Amino acid sequence: MTGEPERAGLQPEEQERRRRGRSIAIALALAAMAVLFFITTIVRLGGNVADRAF
Amino acid sequence: MTVEVLGSTASVGDYLQLLKPRVMSLVVFTAFVGLTLAPGTVHPWVGAVAILCILIGAGAAGALNMWYDADIDALMARTALRPVPRGRVKPGEALAFGLFLAGTSVFMLGTLVNWTAAALLAFTIFFYVAIYTMWLKRLTVQNIVIGGAAGAFPPMIGWSAVTGSLDLASLTLFLVIFVWTPPHFWALSLYRTGDYARAGVPMLPVVAGTEETRRQILIYSVVMLPVSVLPALAGVAGWLYAGSALILSAVFLALAHAVRRDHDGQNANRAAKRLFTYSLFYLFALFLVLLIERGFRIAPFAPLADLLR
Repeated sequence: MTGEPERAGLQPEEQERRRRGRSIAIALALAAMAVLFFITTIVRLGGNVADRAF
Repeated sequence: MTVEVLGSTASVGDYLQLLKPRVMSLVVFTAFVGLTLAPGTVHPWVGAVAILCILIGAGAAGALNMWYDADIDALMARTALRPVPRGRVKPGEALAFGLFLAGTSVFMLGTLVNWTAAALLAFTIFFYVAIYTMWLKRLTVQNIVIGGAAGAFPPMIGWSAVTGSLDLASLTLFLVIFVWTPPHFWALSLYRTGDYARAGVPMLPVVAGTEETRRQILIYSVVMLPVSVLPALAGVAGWLYAGSALILSAVFLALAHAVRRDHDGQNANRAAKRLFTYSLFYLFALFLVLLIERGFRIAPFAPLADLLR
């Protein structure tokens, strides 16, 4: 790989900043996925749940 | 002050770059057109989810490609600044990221939309990564001809997200992109020959020379003329598309002819660059016309559609 000098010269503050950015991105992606599954389930079920016989 | 780097040093932007955003945009657009043209209806939310899954799947294929090709990417000016050869993302990180996204996109498409589309998406990612990137790209001069199929599947995936099946009519959209891919990349490789030669990638100009490449570009451009009209003949598109396809393909052919004619000096590079730029516009315009036709409810032709049934 050609980028080793770039890695070695990284400041701790910058590394911390990037780690926080990655963590936030992962959290947002997971939350979005949960919401996506929830809404899609509701959309696909439509009125079938409300209409079912008890 | 510098530190011993133990964990990852990649930023969110580096990971986004792994997804090949420009390729993703074309994939999403053609998939959306496939989804729009398919017979039947799909709930707009489910349609949007399908497009999102295809988007993630395309990004996964891009990340896995960058993981495997890091060694040759480092040798080419066009790709040397990608996150892996630059050292911003470790190869293992790119591999894990790509595999996770591939699995997630296929699983989501299967559970939330349908498994036919999910299987086709899985096959597309497999085809791009294993068949094209790992096998054909470094082995044969026909790499881009066969590998081009990976980029041609998205409209079929979009189509099957609606119908749950693989139809012959959607195959015509596949064929348009499949035949378009070789002249598009060969036009690029004509003025990037040095890059590919340095990296040892057997692109046509490197192996067979630029004259043969110009001849092949012209042959494919001739074939594109009838192939571009196929969607209209198969009942997927109407008269507006048929007319536009003929005109757009005729211009493509004229530019390909100019590439064949101007094979020396500055004019040669200029002609190749012009064809490459036009080829991007060409595919975008063809699919945009399909979308416009659907938007204005212009009825498709059906001469071949009846025979296909």
